Amino acid sequence: MMSNTPIISFKDFSFQYNAQKQPTLKHLNLDIYPGEKILICGASGSGKSTIGNCINGLIPFSYMGKIEGSLTVDGIETKDSSIFELSTRVGTVLQDPDGQFVGLTVGEDIAFALENDCVEQKQMIEETFLSAQKVDIHRHLDHAPYDLSGGQKQRVSMAGVLVDKVKILLFDEPLANLDPATGKSAIELIDKIQKESNTTVIIIEHRIEDVLWEKIDRIILLDDGCIISDSTPQQLLTGPLLVEYGIREPLYLTALKYTGVDVSKVEGIDNIKTVRLTEEDKAAVRKWFSMQPKPVLINDNDVILETRNLDFGYTENTQILFDVSLKIQKGEMLAIVGRNGAGKSTLCKLVCGFENPQSGKIFYANEDITDSSIRQRAAHIGYVMQNPNQMISQSMIFDEVAMGLKKSGLSEEQIKERVYQTLKICGLYEFRNWPISALSFGQKKRVTIASILVMGPDIIILDEPTAGQDFRHYTEIMEFLSQLNEQGITVIIVTHDMHLMLEYTNRALVFLDGRLMRDDSGSSVLCNPELINRAALKETSLFAIANMCGIDDPVAFVDCFIAYEKKERSHAE
Amino acid sequence: MKNDSVKKVVATGIGAALFFVLARFVAIPSGIPNTNIALQYGVQSVFAVLYGPVVGCLSGFIGHVLTDITWGEVWWSWAFGTAVYGLIVGVFSKRINIQSGNFGKTEIITFVIANAIANVIAWPVVAAVGDMIIYKEPANLVIAQLAVAAAADFVCAVVIGGLLLFGYSKTIAKTGSLDRE
Amino acid sequence: MQNRVLNYIPRDSFIHRLSGTTKFIIFLSFSFLCGLSFDTRVLLVLLALSVIGFILSKIKLKEVKVMSTFLVVFVTLNFILLFIFNPEYGPEMYNSRTVLFHIGGKYYITLEQLFYQFNIVLKYIIGFPIAILFVSTTNPSEFAASLSSLGVPYRISYSVSLALRYIPDIQKDYHEISQSQEARGVALGKDVKFFERIGNAIKILLPLVLTSLERIDAISNSMQLRSFGKNKTRTWYVKKKMTTADYCVIAFCIVMFIVGMIVTNQGGNNIYNPFV
Ligand SMILES: Nc1ncnc2c1ncn2[C@@H]1O[C@H](COP(=O)(O)OP(=O)(O)OP(=O)(O)O)[C@@H](O)[C@H]1O
Ligand SMILES: Nc1ncnc2c1ncn2[C@@H]1O[C@H](COP(=O)(O)OP(=O)(O)OP(=O)(O)O)[C@@H](O)[C@H]1O
Ligand SMILES: [Mg+2]
Ligand SMILES: [Mg+2]
Repeated sequence: MMSNTPIISFKDFSFQYNAQKQPTLKHLNLDIYPGEKILICGASGSGKSTIGNCINGLIPFSYMGKIEGSLTVDGIETKDSSIFELSTRVGTVLQDPDGQFVGLTVGEDIAFALENDCVEQKQMIEETFLSAQKVDIHRHLDHAPYDLSGGQKQRVSMAGVLVDKVKILLFDEPLANLDPATGKSAIELIDKIQKESNTTVIIIEHRIEDVLWEKIDRIILLDDGCIISDSTPQQLLTGPLLVEYGIREPLYLTALKYTGVDVSKVEGIDNIKTVRLTEEDKAAVRKWFSMQPKPVLINDNDVILETRNLDFGYTENTQILFDVSLKIQKGEMLAIVGRNGAGKSTLCKLVCGFENPQSGKIFYANEDITDSSIRQRAAHIGYVMQNPNQMISQSMIFDEVAMGLKKSGLSEEQIKERVYQTLKICGLYEFRNWPISALSFGQKKRVTIASILVMGPDIIILDEPTAGQDFRHYTEIMEFLSQLNEQGITVIIVTHDMHLMLEYTNRALVFLDGRLMRDDSGSSVLCNPELINRAALKETSLFAIANMCGIDDPVAFVDCFIAYEKKERSHAE
Repeated sequence: MKNDSVKKVVATGIGAALFFVLARFVAIPSGIPNTNIALQYGVQSVFAVLYGPVVGCLSGFIGHVLTDITWGEVWWSWAFGTAVYGLIVGVFSKRINIQSGNFGKTEIITFVIANAIANVIAWPVVAAVGDMIIYKEPANLVIAQLAVAAAADFVCAVVIGGLLLFGYSKTIAKTGSLDRE
Repeated sequence: MQNRVLNYIPRDSFIHRLSGTTKFIIFLSFSFLCGLSFDTRVLLVLLALSVIGFILSKIKLKEVKVMSTFLVVFVTLNFILLFIFNPEYGPEMYNSRTVLFHIGGKYYITLEQLFYQFNIVLKYIIGFPIAILFVSTTNPSEFAASLSSLGVPYRISYSVSLALRYIPDIQKDYHEISQSQEARGVALGKDVKFFERIGNAIKILLPLVLTSLERIDAISNSMQLRSFGKNKTRTWYVKKKMTTADYCVIAFCIVMFIVGMIVTNQGGNNIYNPFV
């Protein structure tokens, strides 16, 4: 299948952004052959998107900088080409689904490239329909973007680059905003397209377990602009590099390592669907499980937040939430999960008073707050939005954090004290006089959390706090939230990350089409195939391992694993 | 530059959308009964400074016409006033080099002067002449209305636009030598 | 599906079936003739035509209730203002003065003033069905294509389309930002002091503008990656074919505009003066 001339070839290639002192990519040598499927991973800022942008021509035609060495794409030297010439060869699907949906309807957006190529209307309509059919969105051609889910929008983006009959498909973090099931079907769809048309596929992604659901030919590991490793998934997974460079390894792999199985000998280790454990291995897993203390989780604290029979819709004709009743206890760390558009964010807005329910009541510490104002509730319940840039309005960290206290009647001194204390908790004290613009995304996120914490809420709600973050930042944020939780603050996290739910929360609320479908521990939720299916979640690979080894209580197995991992982590510190 | 022209197309569209949203849905009372602070002109002036006269002019014009049309009536003379306002502020954008992260005394003075000139030409001249031709309204009414509009928009644009530009300039400030304390 | 920004009301009518280009021409020729003419006869004909068009479109008045209420309020207000500022403007314009009765002070009700104000009201009212007709019967997807076929450069036409596309997103951004700031004590109501209110407005606008700038970068990247700006022209996916009906309507509009202008300017100026 592979021919001998690479379709993409980096030769001693370096790139330096005009605004940077150092080159971002350093002396890369990399050949990619037609029909290959490549995964690029690496920490935040390691240069993954930069590589992608070099291939599709945004570098150097949109982002200025200095190129050394050579990069050829389909036989063309990119720096002597143009973004238009490259775009007929490379199709790029970016992370932000709204930024690339430029048409007013699905059809228009898919046809966008054809319009720019001056294709006749009749032919354009035919080709648009064909591409839409490939990604199964052809029944929605006249839909506007607000009538589509995140996964559907992504399909539209894919169809939009497929119309150009490109030879190379490039995905930059395609999974970041998708619910687990949609993410899984996106990966399956990419695989299907690649097989049908034999395109070359390059995927940039942090969630490697999810990408490895379908076969990948090679994984490139990047660090600080250099290629650390270029190998098959099998080689990379069984070696030490993932851990060393702070990439999250697949859960089942970690579990097998804990139980003492020699993973380098396991057949088909690069995909949970193909893992073949020997009888010995299985016995080892069972033995490990039987030796673990069984964690017991109980929380019989007072109820701090309660909703009763909430109904809500943004407009009169479309109801979003139906009869939502739930109780949250003081000191819990809780996950809200469910399909894109299930109403998770909407529920949070109701709790914070951003929207008012059509019927039903909300209680804080047994007190009816259904009619309280946003500001009154904010003293008890803090809400952190997903994009920190939507919350930051001051240029200095201190001012940003102090903002919420301005009208609280505290004296300057008291404010200062409170702010410093909060900054210390958030690990930002040493940056207190920095301009916010000098912070990384993860640090900005912490500033926004600090600006909510400073008001002293008992409950803090975070909407997808870790989307698009690499493993190090993910761990940093989640450890920080756990610490807050240990200090008695109730933490509610809306998330699509099943690992987060398992690892850090003691309870999960599963939403489906605006209804609370299940209220249970994360491990029980993820070991329930029927529930998983209906709520668009994804089975944990630990469940598969437990089944494979004939463990009759997979939930307990998952709980043991999580408890063990927590212990390991605290040892590591 | 090719890249720049696409960016300007997008900036025009997004600028117009911002103008529309602020003009149509956001009412911040100004203190004078029944009049609101015209935030949209502040944002338009920011776009004019960041992206130049063409974007300043078209984003305002498109935003204005779209806003009017949802009310069922287009005031062409005022729409042209908005366009001219953005155009003139944009002409001064070369003198306000915000991308370098500076928004100091000279930049502020330039911005204020640009706004003064732009508001005087846009309202009491362009829009007023338009109103007098289209509606043959008495000059004293037109001038009274438009002088008030010019003064109000001048204040809004200078204060809102100025503060926004100041805030923006802070985000591109170079990190320089920052010490942890 | 509907675009919710403008009040597009899909329906099967003669007007709906016309191409966007034609509707733009109707809109512009009516608007400009109405703007440039002060001839009562021309205005009355325009009014009659636009009402006919409105009926043909099968749009019901109650579907555009909000806008019509706004129009009534606005027209009434302006009617009063016009009189207060200059009650003698009509007599001056028509070179004649027929007093009906005296209200007090310098305020006389004259036939000429009433006639002048009647013309103005007429102008406002004509604008209404035309604008409604245009917005409610034209699919926003057709806007850009129609503008471009009227000779507007496609880059500018496309910005109109982008504006329509992103208005709901930006509206949502604004909403969310202002709510999360409100939770931190940022209020904009009447009870807040003026300067504080301005400061608070900035606390909402700055994040809004900065996220919009991010959005501009993302959108322009994705447009470039799909060859926007590659050629001198572009084709359009949503563009209605011109039919005989379209050509007839366009011809009618042009003739109407020319005749209207000739009639208007007959007497040396654009005023129709029944008083001399
Ligand atoms: N337009 C730009 N101008 C200057 N520097 C840039 C630009 N874009 C990225 N960089 C820098 O280049 C480095 C690599 O960035 P890149 O976006 O490629 O990282 P990444 O591996 O994709 O990270 P992430 O996982 O967070 O997306 C970073 O240090 C970043 O600050
Ligand atoms: N401001 C709004 N106006 C109208 N409809 C809205 C608004 N916000 C959300 N919706 C609709 O409400 C439904 C639920 O949205 P919500 O944002 O709560 O989903 P979610 O569960 O948070 O999804 P995601 O996982 O994608 O963030 C969706 O169908 C969405 O289109
Ligand atoms: Mg990236
Ligand atoms: Mg959400």
